[in-house]
Amino acid sequence: MTTGETLGEFLGRQGVSRRAFLKFCSAMASMMALPAASVSALADALEQARRPSVIWLSFQECTGCTEALTRSNTPSIEGLIFDFISLDYHHTLQAASGAAAEAAREEAMHENAGQYLLLVDGSIPSVKAYSTIAGISNLDMLKDSAAGAAAIIAIGTCAAYGGLPKAAPNPTGAMSVEEIITDRPIVNIPGCPPLPLAITGLIAHYLTMGSMPELDRLGRPLAFYGENIHDRCYRRPFYDRGLFAETFDDEGARRGWCLYKLGCKAPETYNACAQVKWNQGTSFPIQSGHGCIGCSEPNFWDKGGIYDSVAMGQFGSGPKIAVAASVGAVAGAGAALLARDKKHKTETKMHSDE
Amino acid sequence: MTLLDFARGPAIHWSLIIMATGTIWRLLGVLVLTRGADLSRPRDAFGNFKGYRTVFSRAWPSGEFTTATRYQTAMAYVFHLATLVVVIGIVPHIEFITRLTGASWPGLPNAAGVGAGVLALASLFALIARRVSKPAVYCSTWGDYLSWVLMAAPLVTGLMAFAHLGPRYETMLAIHILSAALLFAWFPFGKLMHAFWFVFSRAQSGVAYAHKGVRI
Ligand code: SF4
Repeated sequence: MTTGETLGEFLGRQGVSRRAFLKFCSAMASMMALPAASVSALADALEQARRPSVIWLSFQECTGCTEALTRSNTPSIEGLIFDFISLDYHHTLQAASGAAAEAAREEAMHENAGQYLLLVDGSIPSVKAYSTIAGISNLDMLKDSAAGAAAIIAIGTCAAYGGLPKAAPNPTGAMSVEEIITDRPIVNIPGCPPLPLAITGLIAHYLTMGSMPELDRLGRPLAFYGENIHDRCYRRPFYDRGLFAETFDDEGARRGWCLYKLGCKAPETYNACAQVKWNQGTSFPIQSGHGCIGCSEPNFWDKGGIYDSVAMGQFGSGPKIAVAASVGAVAGAGAALLARDKKHKTETKMHSDE
Repeated sequence: MTLLDFARGPAIHWSLIIMATGTIWRLLGVLVLTRGADLSRPRDAFGNFKGYRTVFSRAWPSGEFTTATRYQTAMAYVFHLATLVVVIGIVPHIEFITRLTGASWPGLPNAAGVGAGVLALASLFALIARRVSKPAVYCSTWGDYLSWVLMAAPLVTGLMAFAHLGPRYETMLAIHILSAALLFAWFPFGKLMHAFWFVFSRAQSGVAYAHKGVRI
């Protein structure tokens, strides 16, 4: 529920210094590609922002997205901004359960109709019986809650594109939010899980600007998903020089060479992992020695093996090329025999003409 | 299915199927059609050997033609060698071949691959310029121009994908793979088949001339 307290007052109460807050604001401004001069305006606007009402629905998911956002050792400003929003309904985090929890959702939807932000993680099974909450199918709950939402944020690859539950053969008929809801503004924050800064950054943008940021063709904020990871990778010089780790424990791997041959999917993946990094800027998958698995891209799970490099052909259930060659051999032999026969006939005819 | 999934999946798979079928079909279809036996005794007892030697000796123009053919000989050599380097030297290409055949070998640094690609493309332009400016010498058919376009396309798109020019990398990569797929599929049906024919046609002319006693 919307309360009177501003974000500035809230953060002050939590002991966040002005300096730390401005640092966060300038990081946000640079991610959103705003000019440096706008940092103080951004900070002012953020400080004055009032709590929005937020309903968070979790469907076919693993709770990794929530974990990524809330599991930081020391409370980060990202985490605190998340605390600031009035989370009126969140299965994992709310104290209420059962009928009381559902009542809270109904109340928030009713009181803030047309105003609240709807956050969704997890995909939605089109076969209703596969996932229900308080007897309500995920599909119905999403449609119901989306109707009065000001905007929807699809958090994680499952909500944004169907993710892991949608992997072939997609037993539950999993669908993404945008496949179901078409009449509300939707922003996708994919990733398995997404960067916490992308989630709070989007919320901060919404709080300050009152609108959603510029999106790419897959509905992702360009500020966080506009860059190719391969272009930002610190191992890129090794890629250019043709120095590759061939296995996970060879000399190349120890020396930090490029992981392209070990299946790094970064050349086809757009995310801010290489700049923002994880765990308070400690590291990111490629830095820890494993190639990117492309988790912020649609259907990443079905794009060939995790350890197959980007350039490898995906020949499905065994190459049929050898079979084709035998077909060619038979066709060729047939054609040749016919031609030979014709040749002999012509020769005989020519001789008889002589 | 994204464009890239289509390109590195069914598109490239089917193009290779067409190439394998078509190549073997055409090879067998012609090779089984042997020339009949000589009607008279060969003039040169070593005719067969000399015929096989022609396969290699024709890799270079004979003395009289050196000056006249210098331009296209040089360009053709540059083109073939540079293309070979591009095909078997660039790491993503090796990865592709490894997936298909299991074989693998060390790749070149990107800069060397790009250099070879640029050389191959430049020589290809030099060759088409000559073809276009001397129609009487070449008597080109539409198939020849198609072969040229399909050969140039993977070089252009590959260089663009590497340089991150044009569309996003994965789209450009998909276009590059699709252009290679078109080249593979067309391969058996145009003059690109010379990659196989040249051995047999040179040997055949060599043997024929040798049997007739022509000095070769
Ligand atoms: S490790 Fe991955 S992202 Fe980094 S240079 Fe190699 S392929 Fe690119």
